[in-house]
Amino acid sequence: MAKAPARTIDPPAPNRERPAEPQLYQASKDELLEFYRQMLLIRRFEEKAGQLYGLGLIGGFCHLYIGQEAVAVGLQSALSDKDSVITGYRDHGHMLLCGIPPRDVMAELTGRQAGISKGKGGSMHMFSVEHKFYGGHGIVGAQVSLGTGLGFSHKYKGDGGVCLAYFGDGASNQGQVYESFNMAELWKLPVIYVIENNQYAMGTSVNRSSAEDQLYRRGESFRIPGIQIDGMDVLAARGAAEEALAWVRAGKGPIILEMKTYRYRGHSMSDPAKYRSREEVQAVRDKSDPIEHCKKLLEAEGVTEADLKVIDQEIRRQVNDAADFAETAPEPDASELYTDVLVETY
Amino acid sequence: MAIEIKMPALSPTMEEGTLAKWLVKEGDTVKSGDIMAEIETDKATMEFEAVDEGTIGKILIAEGSDNVKVGTVIATLIAEGEDASAEAPTTDDAAKIEERAGDSANAQPKEEQPADQAANQPEGTTPTKVESGAQQLFEASKHGAEIADPALPEGTEMVKLTLREALRDAMAEEMRQDDRVFVMGEEVAEYQGAYKVTQGLLEEFGDKRVIDTPITEYGFAGVGTGAAMGGLRPIVEFMTFNFAMQAIDHIVNSAAKTNYMSGGQMRCPIVFRGPNGAASRVGAQHSQNYGPWYASVPGLIVIAPYDAADAKGLLKAAIRSQDPVVFLENELLYGRTFEVPKLDDYVLPIGKARIMREGSDVTIVSYSIGVGLALEAAEELAKQGVEAEVIDLRTLRPLDKAAVLKSLKKTNRLVVAEEGWATCSIASEIVSICMEEGFDDLDAPVLRVANEDVPLPYAANLEKLALLSSAKIVATVQKIL
Repeated sequence: MAKAPARTIDPPAPNRERPAEPQLYQASKDELLEFYRQMLLIRRFEEKAGQLYGLGLIGGFCHLYIGQEAVAVGLQSALSDKDSVITGYRDHGHMLLCGIPPRDVMAELTGRQAGISKGKGGSMHMFSVEHKFYGGHGIVGAQVSLGTGLGFSHKYKGDGGVCLAYFGDGASNQGQVYESFNMAELWKLPVIYVIENNQYAMGTSVNRSSAEDQLYRRGESFRIPGIQIDGMDVLAARGAAEEALAWVRAGKGPIILEMKTYRYRGHSMSDPAKYRSREEVQAVRDKSDPIEHCKKLLEAEGVTEADLKVIDQEIRRQVNDAADFAETAPEPDASELYTDVLVETY
Repeated sequence: MAIEIKMPALSPTMEEGTLAKWLVKEGDTVKSGDIMAEIETDKATMEFEAVDEGTIGKILIAEGSDNVKVGTVIATLIAEGEDASAEAPTTDDAAKIEERAGDSANAQPKEEQPADQAANQPEGTTPTKVESGAQQLFEASKHGAEIADPALPEGTEMVKLTLREALRDAMAEEMRQDDRVFVMGEEVAEYQGAYKVTQGLLEEFGDKRVIDTPITEYGFAGVGTGAAMGGLRPIVEFMTFNFAMQAIDHIVNSAAKTNYMSGGQMRCPIVFRGPNGAASRVGAQHSQNYGPWYASVPGLIVIAPYDAADAKGLLKAAIRSQDPVVFLENELLYGRTFEVPKLDDYVLPIGKARIMREGSDVTIVSYSIGVGLALEAAEELAKQGVEAEVIDLRTLRPLDKAAVLKSLKKTNRLVVAEEGWATCSIASEIVSICMEEGFDDLDAPVLRVANEDVPLPYAANLEKLALLSSAKIVATVQKIL
């Protein structure tokens, strides 16, 4: 048998332009403090939501963002007010970052009139047109097509905006995601697809569900470039956002960011999380916690424990205020049952 | 013997067409695959190829002739060694055909020729079209409203338009008025619409606003819905509503529920439109009425017009509505011509039924193509001395209960005729309304007459058995008189 010719191992030259490898964001001390504050707000807010759920004040499904905070904080800190955000049902953190008051979100979780959706949406279905937050969608993957449509509207209106469309590793196996990728690249729509890969689609790990488990490659057959990012590092996330925004705003079409992250809690509050070991979760908490990481960076900048305590106290106060408000605010009036079904009367 | 070249049927619903251009002349030799002529249907211009070899003997239909019925001999082909003058069809037939050329679109066959027999059919040959159920629906849709829409100002000038033109005009008018309105769907732009409904829109509005999508219903229904959430006014065309089953998640979960789930903050002003219901001989997967499905969803508006005037006035209203609208058209009706008011801005109210024919003995409620059958049934009943009132619901959600109950109060008897399945239907809904709110006015049970409870079969005879017909409506009415 003839010997195969020796192969060269040079990396193949890219056949089209690709975005540059993102760099860690060089944050000023103030920016870093703000990232810390935002991540902590989400963490404490979610912990409080978990408590209220345990008390029976929040019902139904409630998906917490604990562990994934660096992703949304890093990315959304780079947006301008022209840009829109859409996500699935693990949405509380993204909403807070859009500037929606914690009270409005928490009161929705408890199903009160003062909630952002007047108590009619619940944890999974929240929106704020004012803050350009377009949901809050309960059907896995729906936000990818809808977000592509938001990108379409930015381009159509020529408003210079970009849509940040989040979805999980589970949603990345939905068919409509690829239908959307195809149209987005075909029409060069300004969309950043963010795959928040927290390793588990409910109880199924990525490698049990995905033939190509390197999810950043999922756009290759549509010529959409993808980048894999450490989603536990807020500076890496922000650096990726800078690169992605530059790509999309230059009219080069959509881009995919795969954010490798981890959720500490179950898929929803009712998930016993038997599909992974306590040790696995603990190891991530110990080694990769995004807030602890940020804290170390701040300490290196000379921020003291006492300074951070002030921030912590302020956030606890804010979250407690939101919880008190959400517990005591009245439920929607019975007449609200029939409002908002249609906009017009016929 | 000379081979007769006949006007071909180039689509399932084609009845006649225009012989736009001959690409061969008498005496030319042709072989299989040569293009002989261009034929224009109401949907597209098609090339017509030779199947046999030979020499073109006589061209019997001049180019430019309109309304050439399917099956008409348009030329003869002489096989090798034959005489060109031999065996050509009688010149009488040819003359008759010439006479028909140039008639207006809805011209009735002349003389005593039965309507269902193709013109100039040489006697004794097999008809090119077997009679199918859809054929009956199509024939019945020549019936127009017998009383004018009271919404129209008196003395309004009317123009004849096909339903597809009326829909196109509605979209074009709204697109001229509002930059946010755009059309997207499969083949809507360069192909000019799979059923030619979007014809000319690309030329006028450009590819920013008339957008061809890949075959990706779920995806583009979501993109359209997202664009509506982002402040635009999309018109999403489904090639047929059968394909919208792939997209129903976005129509129901994303479009219909958003306003409610957001506490009234987030609008979703979008129109999903396209043909719905049975077409001609396209079988089970392409023949279903989704009216009852969408009409069961709070948060949606569902419109299913019958004639061209309503199609225009209601599509304009749908595009302007701040709510998501499912607009159900009917392929068999696209080529039908109706009178449409010549008004600058003809917009009809959503949610209002219309009395198509007045009567005092029984009410027949229907919508979409069923209205034609109901009017035909009413005509037959009139011959038997029964005066039926025919109501076209026009909007399926919100349903005009008041119009139905008012008519019931007058006639005390009611039948619902629906081109669709009876189980969990609009008809079932009307029956409930009559029981709950019109019980004291009932002199007989309200009956449903609809398609048979089977997937729609392909065979012409079975299709005919399965679909609603005016005879079935008449028989149902007779049961409660």
